Amino acid sequence: MNITLRVWRQRNSDDTGQMQTYQVTDVSPDMSFLEMLDVLNENLTISGEDPIAFDSDCREGICGMCGLVINGLAHGPKERVTTCQLHMRSFSDGDVIDVEPWRAEPFTVIKDLIVDRGAFDRIIQAGGFITAPTGTAPDAHAVPVPKLDADAAFDAATCIGCGACVAACPNGSASLFVAAKVTHLGLLPQGQPERHSRALDMVAQADLEGFGGCTQIGECTAACPKGIQLDLISRLNRDVLGALAHRG
Amino acid sequence: MSSVSDTQFFTVGEPLVDTKAPAVPVNLMWDERRFQAKLVNPTNRRKRSVIIVGTGLAGGAAAATLGEAGYHVKNFCYQDSPRRAHSIAAQGGINAAKNYRNDGDSVHRLFYDTVKGGDYRSRESNVYRLSQVSVEIIDQCVAQGVPFAREYGGLLDNRSFGGVQVSRTFYARGQTGQQLLLGAYQALERQIGAGSVEMYTRHEMLDLIIVEGRARGIVVRDMVSGEIETHMADVVVLGTGGYGNVFFLSTNAMGCNVTATWRAHRKGAYFGNPCYTQIHPTCIPVSGEYQSKLTLMSESLRNDGRIWVPKEAGDNRDARQIPEDERDYYLERRYPAFGNLVPRDVASRAAKQVCDEGRGVGPGGRGVYLDFAEAITRLGRKAVEAKYGNLFEMYAQITGEDPYVTPMRIYPAVHYTMGGLWVDYDLESTIPGLFVIGEANFSDHGANRLGASALMQGLSDGYFVLPSTIANYLADAPFEAADASHPAAVEVTDAVRERVQRLLAINGTRTVDSFHKELGQIMWEYCGMERTAEGLTKAIGLIRALREEFWTNVRVTGTNEELNQTLERAGRVADFFELGELMCIDALHREESCGGHFRAEHQTPDGEALRDDENFAYVAAWEFGGDGGSPVLHKEDLIYEAIEMKQRSYK
Ligand SMILES: Cc1cc2nc3c(=O)[nH]c(=O)nc-3n(C[C@H](O)[C@H](O)[C@H](O)COP(=O)(O)OP(=O)(O)OC[C@H]3O[C@@H](n4cnc5c(N)ncnc54)[C@H](O)[C@@H]3O)c2cc1C
Ligand code: SF4
Ligand code: FES
Repeated sequence: MNITLRVWRQRNSDDTGQMQTYQVTDVSPDMSFLEMLDVLNENLTISGEDPIAFDSDCREGICGMCGLVINGLAHGPKERVTTCQLHMRSFSDGDVIDVEPWRAEPFTVIKDLIVDRGAFDRIIQAGGFITAPTGTAPDAHAVPVPKLDADAAFDAATCIGCGACVAACPNGSASLFVAAKVTHLGLLPQGQPERHSRALDMVAQADLEGFGGCTQIGECTAACPKGIQLDLISRLNRDVLGALAHRG
Repeated sequence: MSSVSDTQFFTVGEPLVDTKAPAVPVNLMWDERRFQAKLVNPTNRRKRSVIIVGTGLAGGAAAATLGEAGYHVKNFCYQDSPRRAHSIAAQGGINAAKNYRNDGDSVHRLFYDTVKGGDYRSRESNVYRLSQVSVEIIDQCVAQGVPFAREYGGLLDNRSFGGVQVSRTFYARGQTGQQLLLGAYQALERQIGAGSVEMYTRHEMLDLIIVEGRARGIVVRDMVSGEIETHMADVVVLGTGGYGNVFFLSTNAMGCNVTATWRAHRKGAYFGNPCYTQIHPTCIPVSGEYQSKLTLMSESLRNDGRIWVPKEAGDNRDARQIPEDERDYYLERRYPAFGNLVPRDVASRAAKQVCDEGRGVGPGGRGVYLDFAEAITRLGRKAVEAKYGNLFEMYAQITGEDPYVTPMRIYPAVHYTMGGLWVDYDLESTIPGLFVIGEANFSDHGANRLGASALMQGLSDGYFVLPSTIANYLADAPFEAADASHPAAVEVTDAVRERVQRLLAINGTRTVDSFHKELGQIMWEYCGMERTAEGLTKAIGLIRALREEFWTNVRVTGTNEELNQTLERAGRVADFFELGELMCIDALHREESCGGHFRAEHQTPDGEALRDDENFAYVAAWEFGGDGGSPVLHKEDLIYEAIEMKQRSYK
């Protein structure tokens, strides 16, 4: 297949940036989207141009490093896959494809398609953990956890911290990301002691970072490669209300 | 049989001994060592600084634990967040001798299985400790909220992995590494928030600084601004993962590299058993030239999937059209006791053999079937989905085929490196004050690692072992005052800048990736699943020539003072060349077959690995011989007291 790409190029965070057009020929449908960009980059390098900078590491959909807005959709047109798992068989010969970075206030563009997602780490710092100093744990079987709770906690815990939910949200909200962590830890008996402070502190940090509020549009869930469900945000809201009531 | 002596490729130096393991029976060693160890008073810990490179299970767990203990920790990783270390990709599970199944498991059995699985090429003392500590790891992780799979009664579930006959693997669906790493990451973020750990993301370590014989700092490149920075501390820890990417194609993440450990090696840290690499039997076959990495299909699939190829060479029928009696379930046939669950090295070689016989399936004939039809009939599709759903999804995504309907096609791929920097019982390298943890060291897996044991080792090193042994070292601090202006630090920092400029100045005609791919092909062909003296000698010549071409003809675009991914890769590939050569020399010198190291000249009549315990029951620890010089081999004899050395058999 032959593809026309329109790619966001931006030298650094101070640059204004613009779209630039490239032709990629002989694309195999078995290539991944990122492998197609690799091939383009090889050609750019040989012709002495600066290759396109984009993030990726595992290329298996689990590390959360990759993330491109493809034809306006975070992680591209296929549901429940990350950019690195998207294959060219999802496109057709002659397609014109727009490729842009995540766009959201707190995610500054560092170069081309690479953004700074440090805000997510700071949200976790604020409360996305269970305090369990090394070496102090009781036997793992001391507290049984009902299977359904364990499974639901796992489902929420599969969030890969990619940021697609934010990129997809018209408000630039990080609610789905926060809700996933609050749900994961809040469903487990080990997570109860810090349940209130966790929800409040993580939400407060998200506000501080400049993420928008949630108006239940649902674009986040649609873009989420791990299928994190929108109703977790309702759960987050309940936890926040409960915590506020508790504080009085 | 002659033993090894100096050759054209290397010289032999003094033997090496691990002086740190106490002289008591193996089951008492760790208690004894911890009792002997000096402690650091909590009020003094704030004054002691620790550099930890790596945020995987090993580095992340260590940084969180040492930060919590009150040390001043600086932690580095090359990704944009510590949560993205490659440990995140581990799928299948983590071993622990909990004996929750009451199926006869024990610390001693895990110890035995690991030593046997490693083909009697690992150190008893370390492996025993690993088995002991395994029990605490699960407790720690559950306390952090790691959502392991559970049974309806609310207790933890277990599964079996290759090379063992008990069920001791804890798992979180097919995403165990992710969940364990998020546990460590969250503990780490808590310490960052508390101010005890300073985190440097998108920072790549490019060299090690030694002051008065002790490791005291590192030189890093800020991957966003390009600034070359000097960081100093009382002690340096490397938890930088494995070097499988020397093969270009592997199941490792794109950024996995050997730079941190290789630079330390050049500064005096011995490299242990570099040729011991693990080729994983169940990966998705290569589909084309453009391929950037290979994807693992977890070993856990071998619990229920059956591996087969057609009996007849050249049978091109669709898998479903081939009747039962025309299929060869070759693992079940050759190894009736372990069947599809033989260790990885055995399964990989068997796959290669059937493909060499022309019985491979799929494009290019480099593949075997992993078939779930029987499991789906026996357990129902729902149960299979619950166990392996995400793996099946990943397979369908990559290949465009539905594994519920047609069997998966799999082929071996480079996956893990047992070799790494040599460390003693305290996990300290031959450079005082340089500790090495996780996949980056050589310590626990001998010539072959059992499934679900790397996660166990990473967390054992990071949460439990290093925090004890490093305290013993730091108890002797303060050392000589040394900041970034110390002449030793300035010298290394200048050398790093100079090397970066050298790479940028070449301005040749070939891309970094084209060199990396060619190196990978050489390694896979001659230093992969099967090795010969002739092939390895040839490979050494090819690598040397390619390296020379690299330094005169590579094209690195852009400048240092910006985010420059080509420059990052060029530095890594330059180090892979040097490592690749040492791997071939190590493989060439080891005139035996053991675990993942299979020398075609040394096999039993039925094609199994043939060890030579008389001449090769040692760790090969290589000292850097200088640019253009020959590496020096130091042997650490492996002495088995608790376990008797036997020919491995899984029949
Ligand atoms: C696909 C896959 C599946 C696996 N499944 C299993 C399994 O089911 N069970 C099991 O036990 N094992 C499994 N393994 C093996 C296991 O995951 C790894 O061996 C283990 O996680 C390594 O952990 P680590 O902490 O040593 O290194 P890593 O997790 O690789 O972390 C390395 C860290 O070092 C940093 N780093 C590296 N170089 C530099 C540098 N130069 N400068 C700065 N930072 C640097 C990285 O940023 C990263 O933070 C699997 C491996 C793979 C590839
Ligand atoms: S919730 Fe989904 S989209 Fe958002 S960070 Fe997590 S995995 Fe990515
Ligand atoms: S590169 Fe890891 S999720 Fe895409």
